[in-house]
Amino acid sequence: MATEIELDINGKRRAIHTEPDTTLLSALRDQLDLTGTKYGCGEGQCAACTVLMDGSPRRSCLTRATTAAGKKIVTIEGVAQNGRLHPVQQAFLEEQAFQCGYCTPGMILTALALLKSNPDPSDDEIAQFMEGNICRCGTYPRIVAAIHRAARMMRSSAHES
Amino acid sequence: MIPEPFEYHIPKNLEEASRLLAQFGGEGKILAGGHSLVPMMKLRLAAPKHLIDLGRLTDLKYIRESDGRIEIGALTTHFQIQSSSLLKEKCPLLPETAREIGDVQVRNKGTIGGSLAHSDPAADWPAAILALAGEIQARNVSSSRWIPASEFFVDLLTTALGGDEVLTAIRVPVAPPRSGHAYLKLHHPASGYAMVGVAAQVLLNEARHIESASVGVTGVGPKAYRATAVEEALRGKAPSRQNLEAAAAHAAEGIDVNSDLYASAEYRSHLAQVYTRRALEKALERAHGK
Ligand SMILES: Cc1cc2nc3c(=O)[nH]c(=O)nc-3n(C[C@H](O)[C@H](O)[C@H](O)COP(=O)(O)OP(=O)(O)OC[C@H]3O[C@@H](n4cnc5c(N)ncnc54)[C@H](O)[C@@H]3O)c2cc1C
Ligand code: FES
Ligand code: FES
Repeated sequence: MATEIELDINGKRRAIHTEPDTTLLSALRDQLDLTGTKYGCGEGQCAACTVLMDGSPRRSCLTRATTAAGKKIVTIEGVAQNGRLHPVQQAFLEEQAFQCGYCTPGMILTALALLKSNPDPSDDEIAQFMEGNICRCGTYPRIVAAIHRAARMMRSSAHES
Repeated sequence: MIPEPFEYHIPKNLEEASRLLAQFGGEGKILAGGHSLVPMMKLRLAAPKHLIDLGRLTDLKYIRESDGRIEIGALTTHFQIQSSSLLKEKCPLLPETAREIGDVQVRNKGTIGGSLAHSDPAADWPAAILALAGEIQARNVSSSRWIPASEFFVDLLTTALGGDEVLTAIRVPVAPPRSGHAYLKLHHPASGYAMVGVAAQVLLNEARHIESASVGVTGVGPKAYRATAVEEALRGKAPSRQNLEAAAAHAAEGIDVNSDLYASAEYRSHLAQVYTRRALEKALERAHGK
């Protein structure tokens, strides 16, 4: 029993069809070719599938696509603006905060939500907020460094403007 | 990672949800935050034929105070409880417990009603709701009842909810003056669930002795429980370290203690005693501060 619905993804309205078991993750990856959102475990353990729903981080593998209707969804593809990387993305590059990169999209989206609520987090606050996002390559110290760097970049650009 | 096929229903109101639940009998299941049920379906540990999604029942998402009690709608998320200023003032044990659940993503989606209905033996809410002597509202098509927390948790993943009942609300008393609370948890290093979680609330009398203490324990047995022997041992006592230690020694008394790869039953019982003593100490410290 397929149903057609529309989702607001990265500011665009996109039509998808949903079966009872369609997750937001599979709609993004398999129907919309937005493969930046990663399928890690599919069962809620790793947070590689994190997207922002109305600004707050969610696991898309445990979220039914229909639940996302009417909400503003941001995936990693919607983070850069006008061809310019977001400071969090830039900071991950500069700190080389990944090895294989599989966890990176989810890490970046969770970090975005963190910096929105807390523009200058401590190491502990970063560890606490990011605890669900698993990095199998163990690049955590670099991820923490990248978030500090992004926070500095965002604070100084906020001063300029 | 692919669940068995099922049909999906999204009722517009509680009445319709209860009607569907009654209609499908044992083959229907409620979907709230989906953070326990969806993984279980993907692992095929659960295979309901009909899913009844409460997502549109936004009137079950609230936190309010009336007549000295706090009432929380079943669909309120862990994060809403963690960040509620009303609760921080009137029933701080609840935000303190919410903070310990899973991670940000889980707290943004998982609901208190879902957690209680699921009754995972290592979930956090059952300990807190037991310690607060809370009540849980269950409704079916024709009637509604309040179930005391002490009767709600029946066994591993089993509660007193009838097959046709929707859990709609939770209510707990506002924390009285001269009371203190604490939730202490040892996180399982991989899953983050409670190896041991102890929720304590203590009430002091005018002489600053313990008028009463209530202690809810999770992670230790097949279901969360009230450590009644600990509570009895503290009644009327001075809050000395010795008295606390002697009382906490009863923390796992009479419980069929879980044993797994990570912690033997002996180690878990020991943890239960240590965490019970520490939770009581912290609760007493806060009660004295008032
Ligand atoms: C990575 C991860 C880590 C987690 N860590 C923790 C943790 O540390 N501590 C902890 O306590 N929990 C933890 N959880 C579980 C989480 O708190 C769940 O959100 C919660 O247990 C279930 O709530 P839900 O709203 O997601 O319910 P669902 O998964 O939707 O439902 C769970 C069960 O309850 C039933 N149900 C749900 N709502 C109702 C209702 N209103 N009436 C009747 N029946 C209902 C469903 O039919 C189902 O059987 C974790 C989950 C994940 C994925
Ligand atoms: S893919 Fe969603 S948590 Fe792992
Ligand atoms: S960089 Fe490989 S999983 Fe994090």
